Amino acid sequence: MKSRGKIWAWFFIILGILYFFLPLLATFIFSLKAKLGVLSFTAYVNVFNDPKFIRGFSGSLLWATLTILVGIILFVPTAYWVRLKVPRARSAIEFITLIPFVVPPIVYTFGLIRTYSHPPLLIVDNPMLLVAAYTIISMPYMYRAIDIGLRSIDVRTLTEAAQSLGAGWGTILFRIIIPNIRVAILNGAFLSFAIVLGEYILARYLVKPAFAPYMLDLGQNKAFEPAAAAVISFALTWACMGIISLVGRGREQAPVGGAH
Amino acid sequence: MRDAPQARPARTKRSWAWLGVVPFFAFTLLFLLYPSSTIVSKSFRDSGTGVFTLQNILALFKSPYILGAYWISIKISLITALSGAMFGFVLAYSAIRGNLPRFVRISLLTFCGVASNFAGVPLAFAFISLLSPSGLLISWIKLTGYNPYFHGFTLYTFWGLSLVYMYFQFPLMVLIIAPAIDGLRREWLEASQNLGASTSQYWRYVAFPILLPSLMGTTILLFGNAFGAFATAQALTGGQINLVTIVIGSELRGDVLGNPGIGYALALGMVVIMALAITGYTILQRRTERWLR
Repeated sequence: MKSRGKIWAWFFIILGILYFFLPLLATFIFSLKAKLGVLSFTAYVNVFNDPKFIRGFSGSLLWATLTILVGIILFVPTAYWVRLKVPRARSAIEFITLIPFVVPPIVYTFGLIRTYSHPPLLIVDNPMLLVAAYTIISMPYMYRAIDIGLRSIDVRTLTEAAQSLGAGWGTILFRIIIPNIRVAILNGAFLSFAIVLGEYILARYLVKPAFAPYMLDLGQNKAFEPAAAAVISFALTWACMGIISLVGRGREQAPVGGAH
Repeated sequence: MRDAPQARPARTKRSWAWLGVVPFFAFTLLFLLYPSSTIVSKSFRDSGTGVFTLQNILALFKSPYILGAYWISIKISLITALSGAMFGFVLAYSAIRGNLPRFVRISLLTFCGVASNFAGVPLAFAFISLLSPSGLLISWIKLTGYNPYFHGFTLYTFWGLSLVYMYFQFPLMVLIIAPAIDGLRREWLEASQNLGASTSQYWRYVAFPILLPSLMGTTILLFGNAFGAFATAQALTGGQINLVTIVIGSELRGDVLGNPGIGYALALGMVVIMALAITGYTILQRRTERWLR
């Protein structure tokens, strides 16, 4: 009876593996078929040489970097200050950080564009609006990662110790708090990176160069290159998650998230 | 002679600590709360005159096009949530309690972490490579002389899209349900066996009731996960499938509904459904935590 259970367990695991790998395998094989009759990396070469790819991809890299920076600058001091001085604001802030789960990205984009495309609030063309929006979308992951990091250190004792040695707030934040929660910050950063890199809706509707919209356009007029782009995108997602589980080794919980 | 000056009451020390959270609140107010609340307020206003009205909300229920979009969105979310939850659960249970080597569990959780983050445009492309008429799997099946596309199968409509959604649904289930399965103590199984319970009795009276809130909660979360999805459907069907998210997308591109007020109401409807789902998930998850640890 026990061995029958084990056979079923293997059966489901293998089914799961097939579901997970078959689409990826198909994409990879398809991406190699750009040259008739032989398997080649032609499609990848074509993608990397496409100026639109470079524009879209470097756009995404730029948005992701800025998003992470804004996230760190805004959320680390806030989460730190809330723990130290204003615990009363805690539940309100936690509630706000969860709102992006309730407002689907397309609805959020809709509200954002409708709000900021009329004078006097005509800022819809400003690239910083996209960065702000990405910061909001990645906030549930970034803020939570930072907050969990702060929970694991003794914020009050560290602060008081630093203050009694004459440190100012800047020194405390940059030389005590941030180095102590760098793993948590890295976690949030790579998750945000993966989210921004795969994000389609905001970049498309705010008309800014990014990887996902480029990929979709590619799909409309090419056959093999989109598959190559999908493989690149998957490899990057994999790399981000891999780095997260490397830096966060010892913790069981895998990161949960994504923009669909 | 003048009286001695009265002692001044000790001034209550006014704290300025709240100033430290002002940037956060200002930022979220500008870029999250205000734009989101616009959706609520504009849903209840006439887009021409700006006076209060319920017409936009009522219009949702009058239009077969919009009702159809909600119905398809709800249907696909429900189907992929239920099947994703079931498959995800047996997968997680097999890996954790199936007496399999430990690396199976670790790699499963890692794969699921990646897969639940792999969605949108590249996911659609991956399934096109696999299941389009010239896709890998279809061409393998065609070798047997059977062409699924001649027998009603197609990737680009409802069931095809459901199959694609499953790719990010069941991994999410595995990730969230794994701690709950870990929380099922082996002692409970042993105790029920000692009392003479069969496997089915153990499941019916012990394991299932304990897991139920977290199974339900996670299924609701999966529902929300599919309900808000847009890019995957857009990339796979080119916007040909009538989901609420797709309708909002086309409304944004060029007022297809003919009345901006209805667009806001349409978006509000999504937020209401999502809020119900997330609230349900939170309540059920809190009930689960009693048993964990």
